Amino acid sequence: MADERLFFTELLGLKVFDLKGRTLGVVKDAAIVPLLDPVRVDRYLIGSGAAWLTVRHDQVRSISLDGIHLRDEILTPYHSDEYMLRVVRDLMDQQIIDAQGRKVVRVTDVTFEIQPENGGEVLWVLDVDIGLRAIFRRLVQGLLPRRWIRRLQVGIPPHSIRWEFCNILEPDPQRRLRLNISNRLLEDMHPADLADIVEDLTPEHREAIFENIDSEVAADALSEVNPNIQASILESLETEKAADIVEEMAPDEAADVLAELEQETSDEILEEMEHEPKKEVRELLEFKEDSAGGMMNTEYIALTENATVADAIQVLKTNEALMETLNTLFLLDSEERLTGAVPLARLFLHDGATPLRSLAVETLIDAPVTEQQDRITELFDKYNLLALPVVDEDRKLTGVITADDIISVLREK
Amino acid sequence: MWKRFRYHIAIFFAVIGPGFITAMVDNDAGGILTYSQAGAKYGYLPLWTLLPITLLLIVTQEMCSRMGAVTGKGLSDLIREEFGLRTTFIVMAVLVLANLTNMIADFAGIAGSLEIFNIPRWVSVPLGAAIVWLLVVKGTYASVEKIFLFACLVYIAYIVSAILVKPDWKEAAIYSVRPVLMLQGAYIYMLIGMVGTSIAPWMQFYLQAAVVEKGVTAKEYKESRIEVIVGCIAMSVIAFFIIVACAGTIYEVAPRDLQVPADAAAGLRPFGNYAYLLFAAGLFNASLFAACILPLSTAYSVCEGLGFESGVNHRFREAPIFYWLFTGLIVVGGGVVMWPRFPLVKMILFSQVINGVLLPIVLIFMTLLINKKKLMHEWTNSRFYNFISWAAVALMIGLTMALVALSIQDMMKS
Repeated sequence: MADERLFFTELLGLKVFDLKGRTLGVVKDAAIVPLLDPVRVDRYLIGSGAAWLTVRHDQVRSISLDGIHLRDEILTPYHSDEYMLRVVRDLMDQQIIDAQGRKVVRVTDVTFEIQPENGGEVLWVLDVDIGLRAIFRRLVQGLLPRRWIRRLQVGIPPHSIRWEFCNILEPDPQRRLRLNISNRLLEDMHPADLADIVEDLTPEHREAIFENIDSEVAADALSEVNPNIQASILESLETEKAADIVEEMAPDEAADVLAELEQETSDEILEEMEHEPKKEVRELLEFKEDSAGGMMNTEYIALTENATVADAIQVLKTNEALMETLNTLFLLDSEERLTGAVPLARLFLHDGATPLRSLAVETLIDAPVTEQQDRITELFDKYNLLALPVVDEDRKLTGVITADDIISVLREK
Repeated sequence: MWKRFRYHIAIFFAVIGPGFITAMVDNDAGGILTYSQAGAKYGYLPLWTLLPITLLLIVTQEMCSRMGAVTGKGLSDLIREEFGLRTTFIVMAVLVLANLTNMIADFAGIAGSLEIFNIPRWVSVPLGAAIVWLLVVKGTYASVEKIFLFACLVYIAYIVSAILVKPDWKEAAIYSVRPVLMLQGAYIYMLIGMVGTSIAPWMQFYLQAAVVEKGVTAKEYKESRIEVIVGCIAMSVIAFFIIVACAGTIYEVAPRDLQVPADAAAGLRPFGNYAYLLFAAGLFNASLFAACILPLSTAYSVCEGLGFESGVNHRFREAPIFYWLFTGLIVVGGGVVMWPRFPLVKMILFSQVINGVLLPIVLIFMTLLINKKKLMHEWTNSRFYNFISWAAVALMIGLTMALVALSIQDMMKS
């Protein structure tokens, strides 16, 4: 076993010796000050009698399993410091997010690396330990000599998370700043993974995450969260932030979420929203949830009947945000009535001058806004649809239902 | 007609939530047999325990659902965060032990109910174990839960039976409020078993987790509370009628210990030839229902407390400890019952006593947690609640020590 490693369970209770080798006390806790250095243990809290003393990292000459030897013994009494992340108090047994493994885990132990620094030795946080091996260490900690524990644990598989992938959970916004907790790790995750994580957290932590991450990421993640949790998250947020997030969502999803909220809250949020998305969402909210109107979204691309392939490509270029999921273009007559649907892929097979009308599907399948959910899923199945246009009583195009909406509906059953 | 029936079913399920489900699962094989035995051996005398038991049941269940709603965390999570890993490990060991005995009881219930139809246990138990394992792992459990719950209506048979046997209602009423204490090993054994079966350690973990899962918040909590209280009362009403029915049909003829589960079917004698059928159906349903919920709830609690991956939506490789625990409880619980001379009733009763003995350990941590301002803010326990739960802790420890003392005394004599 490499000696440059030290587990927190080993650090705890380690004797601290002064220059003459007399025992000053034992380690009770260790603190990191993330604003100064995100990985180095900044202070050791030493218990001697009733009082706690603070040992600064630069006062330490050496650290080993046998104890901590100091090179400077002028210690100050411990007083609580808002900028400290204390291992026992704030980290051990608490939940954190493993951004690489994309899940919520519970801290069982912490692994440090002993590093030389300016003629002394300091500890760097290396890993957060979870799993059986760390549990074994915790259970026998203090009951067996440290070296025995090291030898005995070898047979148990280790399970650790690199410190740089750990996202600490802290609901208090003031303390988040003081502890320098960023959301970069969470914002880089796939929204669906973030949604899974959020579902595993407590309401207070969910709120903290959505309060702080970028509204666009928040909107993507919120769309993937289970509906009753969605509602409780939005209700817990400040109206302004909630409106920012809802604005970023696709109108159909925004309407679905708002429909889950109490009337009053959803009105407040709508009030705060910008004009354009507000109008669309308002309209969508009018429809029954399990009708075509309630299922559809209003993000689609429609062109006039006599448009050409070149026109279509021009329009697509200005709607880049839709490209990820778009698969069908719709054709409208001069009265905005639906007359055709063109599968996107067909554009690539024809030159720019080809009229879109000639590329439209042979049988146009559409549904009225009042159509029942069951009937809609049937249509998708029967005609193998990817997108289904929804029309009002004048046959004007009002929205589109896409296959991913259908998958969600079927999964809910 | 059919439409009205469907309407009633809809109402039935609308009022059902975590509290009601917990209460119904609580009347599993252990519950039915413990109450039957109490009535068969002591007549109306044990009825007085139901009032304090109901009160304590409401208090503990209310505490759990309140903790779940306010903190959004499970009981094992809270124990881990507030008391550290070693304490969590001990409490989890207690939970696993208690639930292993419950699993044994429920498989004994499956074996006992099917033995009435001459199905040997080497057929019924492995079959039951396989059904439970598949229902849970394949995720079909949720759709079957309603069938289990609906089948709980068979308990109404006990109410009908208790009325038909024309018990001495005056005596029953008097004994319902008159406590009788006897310093007798068998009597104390029964008392601990009755508390243990009504207020089992697993229920606290299960109910709190269910409240969290349902996403009940502190604001909406009031509605949940009503449901929890209704569930507790329903459970006690059933217990009351089981005792009265068995007192009327068995005790009145000749007070005795039940030997095989089928003996308890006598409690439904007014149904004539159908008594065995009703009893077997009730016991089988209750046992299978509990056998599905118990290992799952145990595995979730333990894995969450100790920080292992959990959930049936994970593959075996991702959550090995979860699956091993869950499978282990089923295999060991069923395996023990397979032993041909395994005394079914005795072990069922014993398992409930173990639950009663272990209950104070869980109750102590619950009460400590719920009084933490940091966690519960303005929702900490009232003085009355604290009094009830500490009194229950003291009482259960006292009863356990009395039982131990009396057993040692007996051993010395013989």
